[in-house]
Amino acid sequence: MPVKGRIVVDDVFCKGCELCASVCPQKVIQMAPERITAKGYHPAELFKDGCTGCAVCAVICPEAAITVYREAPRARVAAEA
Amino acid sequence: MATLQANEQVVYQRPRALTEVNTHYCPGCTHGVAHRLVAEVLDEMGLQDRTVGVACVGCSVFAYNYFDIDWVQAPHGRAPAVATGVKRSLPHDSIVFTYQGDGDLASIGTAEIIHAAARGENITVIYINNANYGMTGGQMAPTTLPGQKTTSSQTGRDVELQGYPIRAAELLANLDGASYVVRRSLHDPKNIRMAKKAIQTAFETQVRGLGFSLVELLSICPTNWGMTPVESLGWLNDHMIPYYPIGDFKVISALQKETCASKAEG
Amino acid sequence: MARELMKGNEAIAEAAVRVGLQSYFGYPITPQTELLEYLSRRMPELGRAFVQAESELAAINMIYGAASTGVRCMTSSSSPGISLMMEGVSYIAASEIPMVFIDVMRGGPGLGNISPSQSDYNQIVHGGGHGDYQIITLAPSSVQEMVDHIQLAFDLAEKYKMVTCVLADGSIGQMMEPCELPAMRPLRQESEFAGWATRGKHGRAERNVVSSIYLNVAEEEQANFRMMNHWQQVKANEVRYKEYFLDDAELAIVGFGSAGRIALTAVRQARAEGIKVGLLRPITLNPYPEEALDRLTDRVKSILVTEMNGGQMLRDVERIVRGRVPVEFYGRTGGVVPFPDEILGEIHRMAAGNLPMGGDPHIRWLERMARKN
Repeated sequence: MPVKGRIVVDDVFCKGCELCASVCPQKVIQMAPERITAKGYHPAELFKDGCTGCAVCAVICPEAAITVYREAPRARVAAEA
Repeated sequence: MATLQANEQVVYQRPRALTEVNTHYCPGCTHGVAHRLVAEVLDEMGLQDRTVGVACVGCSVFAYNYFDIDWVQAPHGRAPAVATGVKRSLPHDSIVFTYQGDGDLASIGTAEIIHAAARGENITVIYINNANYGMTGGQMAPTTLPGQKTTSSQTGRDVELQGYPIRAAELLANLDGASYVVRRSLHDPKNIRMAKKAIQTAFETQVRGLGFSLVELLSICPTNWGMTPVESLGWLNDHMIPYYPIGDFKVISALQKETCASKAEG
Repeated sequence: MARELMKGNEAIAEAAVRVGLQSYFGYPITPQTELLEYLSRRMPELGRAFVQAESELAAINMIYGAASTGVRCMTSSSSPGISLMMEGVSYIAASEIPMVFIDVMRGGPGLGNISPSQSDYNQIVHGGGHGDYQIITLAPSSVQEMVDHIQLAFDLAEKYKMVTCVLADGSIGQMMEPCELPAMRPLRQESEFAGWATRGKHGRAERNVVSSIYLNVAEEEQANFRMMNHWQQVKANEVRYKEYFLDDAELAIVGFGSAGRIALTAVRQARAEGIKVGLLRPITLNPYPEEALDRLTDRVKSILVTEMNGGQMLRDVERIVRGRVPVEFYGRTGGVVPFPDEILGEIHRMAAGNLPMGGDPHIRWLERMARKN
């Protein structure tokens, strides 16, 4: 059974640069086609199941806009992200 | 911000050392990645409260808006001199770092960076190399690659007329005063993790009073390169890394022992 | 306290140390180098910061960093080096933090020479750097005043959070005179630093930022207004000058620093001859003793401005005198120091009367000098 995770993207910071989507190993991130942030960007969002909470998206996010959650007990500490 | 649900752990969250301010950087600009890494290291090493940053002139002139620490905003190229004044005037356990771009460090500020390194100034330098002048609109920088088109080398940098790029890390590593000088890249998650480790070691160099540390970070500038952020990552990998190899150019023995020891423990 | 025989450059350095100089950064240049040499020994001896910088540009920016931390810090240089420092001076002034520098002026322009001069009046008093800013400027004319002015400079810089310059010249820097030094004061303790200082947050809620950037032009204009209004307080409170033999004077000389000192010798000689001449010696060149000169203008028949330059302060004197009495100028430039006899000759010319009202004293001086050579 694969690890289950999720991400929350803060629309205040996200600029829709697509770097997170480009590196996501599960290909579960897209730029929300119907939504626009206050600054006018289509923000990143999870658009289907399959997130493992690997945090690779957060590692490349230039805006520190992504919070990554993972189901315990297999979660590792945040510092290793 | 969603709240933590039962049976869930936070794997990654925004570092405390960053302010809750939306940056002025273009979408995808890896200045943001570098900022985030520095903030994560300040958090993890517990340095935020005793750190003073020195911002340069260029796109990162507003770095002081984005880190929740004390800052001095230096004139163009002079950040290492300003940092010297700050560091030498504060108690010894204070941490001082500069955050400089390639125009700032490798062009107008060459004297200041060379002499700060030669003095073994106990400061940390975060050096962003994106092969052009970002803030003024993409002019040729000392780091612009041969043949690279910029707004002031419109048919491509001609080395016969405009000379060769400066590999600042290699140059500075030659100085006896430099303790830790490395180059890393921000073009993919693996390299970003390596960059963070290097930033950690650089700050650790300073904490231990071992002298001058510098991390050069290869970065993208999608707007001025005329590419999407994702295309820019590829361009960095294909064109910049061959000219600016990733590597450790100077690691003094005191740090090497530390690295070995921590590896053994790990 | 006993008086000590000291060179001007060393006396000002030691006085700075005693009133709490914690960081010094400088670059060698004649005729101020003894100051740097002295501190290169003295500062490390006391465990304080000294760096011989790679350039004047670096030195002033090290000072920018040090000043940001709220310590007493200073740099020193001479005219061409001061020109290089002007970028940093503008930044520091615009950041509204206290900073002190010493300019031991030499002959110029360009590389010029190493002889005493007052070639930097315009650069310091009227701003050599970019933008609207003011430098509080003190002009010593003796080694004792070097000592007194550096203490005053730190006090004024901190009182107003402004850049303050001790504008000396090569002769005062190089000459030896007896002087009385201040007592050694303890350095500032951690709890005594100003609230704006960038020393790390250490639990402070808001971060401190020392910066001179205002991308919003309206904010920048407001910052300029704030600084200009602040300057009015300096003008109201900090004007300093000395008057010599002016009570019954019919002729007045205006001169600062070494030129003022030489003029005083000439004034004494003229007095011995029975000529009623006196001297106004500005101590603060900025703010300028405008009221004192204004009042003096109403009491005398003519005014002679004497400087070791081509008439830089002359323009300020003319502005204040407003054509009410004849103004004449006598200066030596390029590192030439006038003899008292030369000034005495000018006093004789004034005493003879028939001086023109209006016109340009600078051009008349140029013509007289051309005839002399």
